[in-house]
Amino acid sequence: MKRVNLFIDETAVTVEAGTTIMEAAETLGIRIPRLCYHPDLSIEGACRVCVVEVEGSRNFIPSCATPVQEGMRIRTNSPEIRQARRDLIELIIDNHPRECQTCERDGNCELQDLSYSLGVRERLFEGKRKRHDIESSSPSVIRDAEKCILCRRCIRVCSEVQGIHNLSQLYRGFDTVVAPAFESPMNDSVCIACGQCINVCPVASFLERPSTERVWEALADPSRHVVVQIAPSIRAAIGEGFGLPVGTPATGQTITALRRLGFDVVFDTNFGADLTIVEEAHEFLGRLESGRNLPMLTSCSPGWIKFLEHFYPELIPNASSCKSPMQMLSTLTKTFYAEKTGIDPARIFMVGVMPCTAKKFEIERPEHFHPSGYPYTDAVLTTRETIWMIKAYGIDFTKLPDGEFDVPLGFSSGAGDIFGTTGGVMEAALRTAAEKLTGKPLEKLEFTEVRAVEGLREASFELAGKTLNVAVANGLNNAKILLERVKSGEKSYHLLELMACPGGCIGGGGQPYPPEGHYVLDPEVIRLRARALYDIDEAKKVRKSHENPYIQKLYQEFLGEAGGSKSHELLHTTYTPRTPRGIK
Amino acid sequence: MTGTDVKTILHKDIVKFIRECLKKDHPDSYLIAVLHKVQGRYGWLSEPHMAEVAQLLQVPTATVSGVATFYHFFRLRPRGRFAISVCLGTACFVRGADEIVEAFRSELGIGMGETTQDGLFSLETSRCLGVCALAPVVMINEKVYSKVTAKQVPELIRQMQEG
Ligand code: FES
Ligand code: FES
Repeated sequence: MKRVNLFIDETAVTVEAGTTIMEAAETLGIRIPRLCYHPDLSIEGACRVCVVEVEGSRNFIPSCATPVQEGMRIRTNSPEIRQARRDLIELIIDNHPRECQTCERDGNCELQDLSYSLGVRERLFEGKRKRHDIESSSPSVIRDAEKCILCRRCIRVCSEVQGIHNLSQLYRGFDTVVAPAFESPMNDSVCIACGQCINVCPVASFLERPSTERVWEALADPSRHVVVQIAPSIRAAIGEGFGLPVGTPATGQTITALRRLGFDVVFDTNFGADLTIVEEAHEFLGRLESGRNLPMLTSCSPGWIKFLEHFYPELIPNASSCKSPMQMLSTLTKTFYAEKTGIDPARIFMVGVMPCTAKKFEIERPEHFHPSGYPYTDAVLTTRETIWMIKAYGIDFTKLPDGEFDVPLGFSSGAGDIFGTTGGVMEAALRTAAEKLTGKPLEKLEFTEVRAVEGLREASFELAGKTLNVAVANGLNNAKILLERVKSGEKSYHLLELMACPGGCIGGGGQPYPPEGHYVLDPEVIRLRARALYDIDEAKKVRKSHENPYIQKLYQEFLGEAGGSKSHELLHTTYTPRTPRGIK
Repeated sequence: MTGTDVKTILHKDIVKFIRECLKKDHPDSYLIAVLHKVQGRYGWLSEPHMAEVAQLLQVPTATVSGVATFYHFFRLRPRGRFAISVCLGTACFVRGADEIVEAFRSELGIGMGETTQDGLFSLETSRCLGVCALAPVVMINEKVYSKVTAKQVPELIRQMQEG
C-alpha cells in the first residue's frame, strides 16, 4: 500500500494513500468538527463544517471528502477556519427553529453541540426561515422538516443500509425538503418503521412517536393493572442512558426501576422468545418434513415483516406464522395470566419496552387485537423513552438494587436472551430444533457460525443425516441479498433469520443515542451490547427454550401441544401484501 | 410489475421506450429522458405516472419524485386551459416583464408553475421567444401578445374568462 506523508498543524504524519484528511487528523488525535459525515455511510460533503486550510489552495477544503496528497500542509484550526466553521453553523441555525428548550433532543443534539463547541455566541444572519408542519401519520416515526438541516444522513441510511429508498430530497434551494416520494405521509410510503433515520439524525427532524404520556396516565390510574415487559436487547443497552459503560448488563436494575415507576407486574419478553422458539421449531420441523414453504423466514422483527409485505409479498407464505415474542407475551398476559389471576383483561394495560420503533406499528396491526376490540399491547416505549421516564421520575438508576422478574411470564432460558442480537434467533432455534431432530442432547450449545456480526452469514449443519442450510441477515440490504438468492434458486436454504436493524435489536431504531466517544451504528457499540447478551446466556443454567420449566408448564396447563389449536389461535398470525410496492 | 403482460397506465410507446432503456447499461440514467417523454405526452407528471415509471424502470419512487421536483422543466400539475407564459428573456426583462409576472401572480393568486383551482389558468415563464422587437411578450397557449403592460393584465384575464 502506498504511503503518503503530510503535515497537519505542523506535525508530520504518514498515512495510507486514499485516507481522507479527516481520518489522517484522527490518527493524530485531532477530531475535526463534522455534521453530515457518517463513517459507515457514503460521503456527502453537504455541510462543509469539516473545512480545513490546505496550503496553496485558494478555497477551504472539506476534510471528510478529500483524500490526502503527498506533501500537503494542512491547518485545522487557523483563525480563518474557526471563523468559517462558525459562520457555517450560524447559517444553519438561522434556518432552524430556536426552540432548544422545548426540543426532544435538548442536550443531545449535534447541532447544539457544534454551536457550543465552535463558539457561536451571537446570531448575525437572521433572515427568512423555512416553515413546515410536523408529519405524524406513522405510528412509529414522526418527521419534522422544519428542524431538518439537510445533511442527508437519513436518506443515506434508508437506502444504503436498509435498501428502502423511502426518503429523498425534494424541490430545491430554500424549498428543499427531505420526504418520501410525492411528499406522501410516512404512513402511506414504503417506510418500514425501523427508525434508523431517527438514529442517524443529528437533530430532531426524525423522532419516534411518543407514548410516554399514555403510559404515565395508565400508571396513575388505579383502575388499571399495568404490566410491562422488556425486550431481550434492553438490558444490554439501557445502562448507557445512565452513564454505564457500553455493554453493561442491567437486567436487575431495569426491573427495579420499572417497579419504582409504578408498574404492577414486570414480565420478560424473553419468555415470549422461548415460546416463539418452541412454536417456531415445531413449525419448522413440520415444513422440513413436508418440504413446503422452505426456506422458512423468521418473523420476530416487525420492521423486517413490513419490508416483506412491501417488497417481497410473493415470499409471505415462507414467513413463520409465529407472532413476535412481544406479541406472544402480551397475548398470554391478557388471556392466560388474566384467567389465572381473575383480572379482567380489559383492565390490563400492557406496555412493551422495546429497542424498536416498528413495534409501535406492530401493535396497531389489526391482527393484534383481541376479538372484543382491545389491543393485546397497549403501548410501546423505546429504550430512549424509557430512560427518559426513569430520569423524569428522578430515579437514580445506577444506585438501584437488582430486582427479579415476576413469574411465570418472566422466567427465561439463555436462548431467549440472545434473541436481541443478530444470529440469536437462529442459534436459539437450532438449540431446540437440533435436539428434536436428533433426539439427543446437544454437546455444544453455541452456534457461533450464525452470529452475523458483518451483516450476513451462511452456514450448514449435519443433523440426523440431513444437511441444514441456514443464513442470517441484519440490515435489509443484506436481507435483499438472501431473498434474491432464494428467488433465483441459486441457493436452497431451509431457515433464514432476518432482522431489520444492523446488528439485530441491539442496533434498533429505539436504542439510546451513542454515548461520548462512539457514533450511531458504531460496530463497537453493537459488539459490546451483543457481548452482554452472550454473557447473560452463558451464566444461565437453562439455556434451551424447550427446557424452560414455565414453558413446559404453560403447555401442560393451558396451551396443550406446540402447534396445537390453542397455540394457533393465540400465538400465530398472518401477513398482507402492502402498497406502495417497494422497488428492490 | 416488470412483466410484459401487466396492464400499464402509461402509453404503450412510453412503456416500450422504458423496456428499451432496461436493456442498456445503467437503465436508471434514462430517468430524465423517460420523464420528458411522459410530460411530452400528457403535458405534466402525475403521481400515478411517476409511480409507474419507478416500477417499470426499477428506480425508487422517492428518486423519481426528487428528480421531478428538482428540475423546473417538469410540471407537477396539469396546465390550465389557458397556459400563460411570460417571456423573461433579456429584451422582455428590461422592458418590465417582471412586473407582468407580478401582475399575473397577484391577479390569479397563484405562483410560478401553478394552476388555478378552477383549472383555467396556469402561469409559467419562458426564455427568449425570438420576437424581441415585440417585447415584452406573453404567450397564451399558441398565441403571442406583444408589448404587454402590467396594466393590461386584468383585462387580458377577463377576456379569457369570458371565453
Ligand atoms: S462533514 Fe464534511 S462536508 Fe459535512
Ligand atoms: S427576450 Fe422576449 S422575445 Fe426575446
